[in-house]
Amino acid sequence: MRLIVCIKQVPATTKVKINPETNTLIREGVESIINPFDTYALEEGVRIKERMGDGVVTVLSMGPPQVESALKESVSLGADEGILLSDRAFAGADTLATSYALSMAVKKIGDFGLIICGKQAVDGDTAQVAPELSERLDIPFVAYVRKIVEITNEKAVVERMTDHGYDVIELPLPAVITVVKDINEPRIASLKGKMRARKAAITVWTAKDVQADEELIGLSGSPTKVIKIFAPKSRGKGVSITGEPPEIVDTLYGHLKDGHII
Amino acid sequence: MGYVHIKKEKCIGCEQCVVVCPFEALFMVKGKVEVEPEKCRECRKCLPVCPTEALYLERRERRGPPPEHGISDIVVELPPELGRYKGVWVLVEQEDGKPHSVSWELIGEGMKIAQKLDVELSAIVLGEGVEHIVEEAFHYGAEKVYAIDDPMLNNYRTYPYTFAMRKLVNKYKPEILLMGATSLGRDLAGAVATSLKTGLTADCTKLDIDTGARVLLQTRPAFGGNIMATIICANHRPQMATVRPRVMAKPYKDDSKTGKVITEKLALEEEKVKTKFIEFIADEIAEVVNLEDAEYIVAGGRGVGCKDGFGVLRELAEALGGEVGASRGAVESGWVTYEHQVGQTGKTVRPKVYFACGISGAIQHLVGMQNSDVIVAINTDETAPIFNVATYGIIGDLYKVVPEIIKQIKNHKTQAMKEGE
Repeated sequence: MRLIVCIKQVPATTKVKINPETNTLIREGVESIINPFDTYALEEGVRIKERMGDGVVTVLSMGPPQVESALKESVSLGADEGILLSDRAFAGADTLATSYALSMAVKKIGDFGLIICGKQAVDGDTAQVAPELSERLDIPFVAYVRKIVEITNEKAVVERMTDHGYDVIELPLPAVITVVKDINEPRIASLKGKMRARKAAITVWTAKDVQADEELIGLSGSPTKVIKIFAPKSRGKGVSITGEPPEIVDTLYGHLKDGHII
Repeated sequence: MGYVHIKKEKCIGCEQCVVVCPFEALFMVKGKVEVEPEKCRECRKCLPVCPTEALYLERRERRGPPPEHGISDIVVELPPELGRYKGVWVLVEQEDGKPHSVSWELIGEGMKIAQKLDVELSAIVLGEGVEHIVEEAFHYGAEKVYAIDDPMLNNYRTYPYTFAMRKLVNKYKPEILLMGATSLGRDLAGAVATSLKTGLTADCTKLDIDTGARVLLQTRPAFGGNIMATIICANHRPQMATVRPRVMAKPYKDDSKTGKVITEKLALEEEKVKTKFIEFIADEIAEVVNLEDAEYIVAGGRGVGCKDGFGVLRELAEALGGEVGASRGAVESGWVTYEHQVGQTGKTVRPKVYFACGISGAIQHLVGMQNSDVIVAINTDETAPIFNVATYGIIGDLYKVVPEIIKQIKNHKTQAMKEGE
């Protein structure tokens, strides 16, 4: 069975700054990593392959050419191949356009059993691409999977994490799932894996290669537009209380009492 | 500090704002409400209860630079068939017949948007045996409810819920559709938006409307809260957003309110739904932590130093009838369980008072608690960013300060009891 793992390359830190003059993100000098949530998706893909005794783990991503390094890293962590969707025409995509582009790549890949994604990316934090992708491909979707109880070529039984416990759900394959951190502990790349990654050739597909409709990708395929970015506003500094603990608390208590808060 | 302003001509003298004001800043003069500016703390409690929107806060951003994105430059080129989409919808999320409180917060927010657009605010109720939720939606202010009651909607599965939402939207055509940014809401919203081929903005913390263009201005944090982005969906309908729980205020509940119910049939065969729900297994509950509804939260961070240190925080929480919260650092150190975590990857809370003890105040923590009415920060490091958001900042050792607070509360309680006798 082929397992497709979708990954995103994100900045290594979320401490991004805004250039106040241009109102754009300052991205220079920020190192890139595989979205941490996606490392669980990749690990689970590799584990399913190991569990079933055979299969292919294909890692798929969309982004600029430098995302190739994230795909190579995936190979070092157990993936068999990496495919990068890279084309200027994809730039500026929101989640709807991204899910379309990915769905076209999945169709080109062809036969597959399960698509595994991380629950969300740490930069955009939307958690939208996976459910959108399942809808594009018209196949079942289960979010927040914390365990794959059973998997065959035809179906999977999974545990879906909820706020107060978990649902046990059976779904026929092919399907899309997102996984949460609890599902596994990602491995560290072995020396052998690193060697393999160095030699691995990453396939790059353009919009034309996947026969994507230009109206549905990139900026033109994105119904949402960011019209402004800004630094979050602080709620403003309050009152500072100093002194010995008993006095401090007297003052504090007085304030809270005056405000009818306590 | 600013204060609440009053449009006298709109005030009908109902006194509801006077009742809810925790600071006694509002009072009545000749049948109209007045404000005592020094007492007002801009807690916003009075804003949603006013039936005529007579109260408002001055937008601070207007005073200073920079001029924001000119709203006039939003270009709307709606195809004629999309121009017919009217009204604001809120999905009332429920699990096991229990509605999620974010739904009521959204009804409150949806009402404001609907008023600005001069349209109706409707609630969507999906599930099995959910008549009581329909009623409750009216009590919180929905003018109309669209309901589908069907056994297939009992346990949440993406497909039948998406099917139901698509059916309602295609038939009744709302211009705006809001859902909670809960695990269910974010799962469903993505599928619904794609099947309707429209835009979706995740996890908004602020909504506003450009009345001229009838465009929803959706503001959300990104990069773990380090930046904010305002997003629009100008040329597709409905405009869809999920909204973070506990950020918007819950509206006033009026049990006498009622409205029009429109029921639809699901008309979906089980065979069409490929996923099968087998069972739900509840967590073994070691302790119930209800941070979202707590009025008082006593939270600890790495500065607490050890697991035992949470004992004194727990004691304060108990004295106040509140809950214990924690930063991610404290949770990762293994001092408290994840259920207590507040912040970007934990819970978003909105208590009356949030005590931040030994919490430095990383942005990821702040986004989860900065809507608290009052924040008391206790920290030995006076440069800790938590002091930038604290209403009351105490530079000191929490092990000295917290026991004093407990003592003080207990003293007052005994005193109050004596006075009661």
